[in-house]
Amino acid sequence: MVTLTIDGQRVQAEEGTTLLEAARDHNIYIPTLCVNEAVSPYGACRLCLVEVTKKERQRLVASCLYFVEEGLIVRTDSERIALIRGMIIELLLARCPKAGEVQELAKRLGVRESRFRVEDENNLCVLCALCTRVCQEVVGQSAISLVNRGTDREVAIPFYDNSDACIACGSCAYICPTEAIKLEDVGDTRIITMPNCRLEFKLKQCPKCGTYWAPEKQLEYMVKKANISSKVFDLCPDCRE
Amino acid sequence: MAKQETLKKLGSPEELEAKRESILKGRDTSKPCVTICCGTGCQAYGGVKVTEAFKQEIKERGLEAKIDVRTTGCHGFCERGPLIVIRPRDIFYQRTKVDDVPEIISETIIKGDVISRLLYTIPGTKQKVVRENEVPFYQKQQRLVFGGNGYIDPTKIDDYLAVGGYAALAKALSQMSPEEIIDQVKKSGLRGRGGGGFPTGVKWQSCRRAQGDIKYVICNCDEGDPGAFMDRSLMEGNPHSILEGMIIGAYAIGCSQGYIYIRNEYPIAVRNAEIALEQAEEYGLLGKDILGSGFDLNIKINRGGGAFVCGESTALMASLEGKVGEPRAKYVHTVEKGLWDRPTTLNNVETWANIPLIVSRGAHWYAGIGTENSKGTKIFSLVGKINNTGLVEVPMGISLREIIYDIGGGIPKGKRFKAIQTGGPSGGCIPESLLDLTVDFDELTRAGSMMGSGGMIVMDEDNCMVDIARYFLGFLEGESCGKCVPCREGVRRMRQILDDISQGRGKEGDIELLEQLSAAIADGSLCALGGTAPNPVLTTIRYFRDEYQAHIKEKRCPAGVCKDLISYVIIPENCPGCGLCVKACPVEAITFMGKKKPVILDEEKCTKCGACYDVCRLDAIEIRSGIE
Repeated sequence: MVTLTIDGQRVQAEEGTTLLEAARDHNIYIPTLCVNEAVSPYGACRLCLVEVTKKERQRLVASCLYFVEEGLIVRTDSERIALIRGMIIELLLARCPKAGEVQELAKRLGVRESRFRVEDENNLCVLCALCTRVCQEVVGQSAISLVNRGTDREVAIPFYDNSDACIACGSCAYICPTEAIKLEDVGDTRIITMPNCRLEFKLKQCPKCGTYWAPEKQLEYMVKKANISSKVFDLCPDCRE
Repeated sequence: MAKQETLKKLGSPEELEAKRESILKGRDTSKPCVTICCGTGCQAYGGVKVTEAFKQEIKERGLEAKIDVRTTGCHGFCERGPLIVIRPRDIFYQRTKVDDVPEIISETIIKGDVISRLLYTIPGTKQKVVRENEVPFYQKQQRLVFGGNGYIDPTKIDDYLAVGGYAALAKALSQMSPEEIIDQVKKSGLRGRGGGGFPTGVKWQSCRRAQGDIKYVICNCDEGDPGAFMDRSLMEGNPHSILEGMIIGAYAIGCSQGYIYIRNEYPIAVRNAEIALEQAEEYGLLGKDILGSGFDLNIKINRGGGAFVCGESTALMASLEGKVGEPRAKYVHTVEKGLWDRPTTLNNVETWANIPLIVSRGAHWYAGIGTENSKGTKIFSLVGKINNTGLVEVPMGISLREIIYDIGGGIPKGKRFKAIQTGGPSGGCIPESLLDLTVDFDELTRAGSMMGSGGMIVMDEDNCMVDIARYFLGFLEGESCGKCVPCREGVRRMRQILDDISQGRGKEGDIELLEQLSAAIADGSLCALGGTAPNPVLTTIRYFRDEYQAHIKEKRCPAGVCKDLISYVIIPENCPGCGLCVKACPVEAITFMGKKKPVILDEEKCTKCGACYDVCRLDAIEIRSGIE
């Protein structure tokens, strides 16, 4: 166990815990946009920056990536941090004015409006990379990735037109904090809508009850991955004995 | 294979010395040798053709046994290429052409006469300079790292051995323990030449102490700064000096594998590095049991795609691993978990090239050069509005004024100096009032700029500082990897505000917003690209605030650069109607009214390209800005 101070409060945490986890375990709020326990930390949104003091040296670190240390003094809020967070929110509000998660963060951090002009009012993607990370780390497919640099950066399937690796599981849509990726099952088709493409996949029908219950590609993937008989997925979970 | 069989690997420091002696014995130092610069700059001027002409002429005259021809890497004085130095007399010819070759052979080499026409004339005087080291450009330089370029053919390892090459490696392997080497590097005070300025010895020590079965050394030759080319010139001109530094470093740290990361846009550097690796392996200076010491090291070359961000150490390592070149947080240092999560020491080209000097001449000698906290020399790329464009190697602590006026020869066309940007696109602009600033890591940082890549761009009175800031932010916007929000979104917004200001849409509060954005981006970004990106804006606001205010409040560009804020005006009294401008105008905005009658310019049609202004020799066209 390691003892440190967060906002004046003495806190104990397991070694290998991040500052963010330690703070949250003690109900200390730190805003984040690119953090999800399902995937490894990434440090891109910069909202979770905190001030750490060690041996009288003070610096800003991303709390999602920085591990607890004995005797560390952490401040999760200061004027300097507030300025950075406020500016990040302003920048994101201008990028994605309609993104609910961003609006909520803005409200919580007291940012009323952005001083920057909106360039694409329908842009919902904050480029947190949760979708690409979940696809790589959890699903293991890397069917989508981030392409291009700077503000041209976007989530895309290879060459914008190859969805072979996508198993239609929908993890990307599930994890997306701003609904930039949407999933919808219509009849026998699953539709995944990304900011720059729309993918359609066939759903498997249960011969007993007739419901379309899972994407065929995902079932094939699971059969192959778990090395089980494809018969396991003949019926939907409800109709299985 | 036949070649390898005939060449016995050097199995000990003694065998290396014997090899060196036999090379020197086979060389007649009194024999004339034409050294021709074939660095990228001189190649562009025709250095290769001049070399071929020499070889051809010498062959035709049957003088092959009497005259040597040697192509070398960059000598640094790119402004005057192709450069030729005729050794041993060190006669220096510049702007040479193929047609000059027969005369040089007949007059200079055979008769011993100097051809006055090809000598360098000191600008503003009629004084001609005969010898290379008498050229003012070279006189205040201290070319410890870069000097070798002018003497060796980079594709011949024997040339490097002839100037004492690999002696430092032999000393390190046979007389020094790894700890002693690290101690020497620490005591030398060498700091990373890639820009960060981290103490090299401390980095090595941390990596040596880190736990790991395999450790790596990496040479960073990504050099993404478009204005800097010292790494390229060193890799092209003296690759063995870099290899020697890397081998010594790898031995000191305990690494068995090394990588040289070179951007693919540097084809000569890639080729010369490949040749150097091959030759070093042939000689037993790389590979297994180097010089019989039992120490093994392999080095591979990786070519980079030219992304600016890949010069950042963690992005470079990601790229080396075959991933997208994006930086990551360095809370766990790369000396502990770097390439493939193994302890890794990454140094810049120039840093590595300093190592043999420190090992052979000692830390004490090295620490005697430079300032208290910045030791040794630094190579700068001196470009922009400067008479002597090129690479200069100077001791730390020299003043900017000396670099610009004594070495650089001042500002062309008698214009007035305005600012110098140091450190690459994300460096800061330093004004005239700070010209006596001594150049070292800390002083440059104090002035709001940085050592960075070692780029130095000189600007004169015709440069608009808002436009300069806008230009660099545009570059950085395009090179931001886009991973973190402050850099990706913030740099773009800064560029937009600067666009607005330079296009007459600036408003009250813009300067303050730029300052707030700068603070958030500098503090909040993930890596040094974003961390330093605001520098051009912050320093131009700090030193040239009046120019920003003129743009914002008066809609005026004092330097007459920002197109939306200027107009070209014909001065009828000065215009004799010569018609030069009429011909130069690409959009027929100027009408010829007859001889001895002033021309008329149609402001509606004018695109403000400046072509008329450039051709007019009678001051009949003026640039006006704002209400005058």
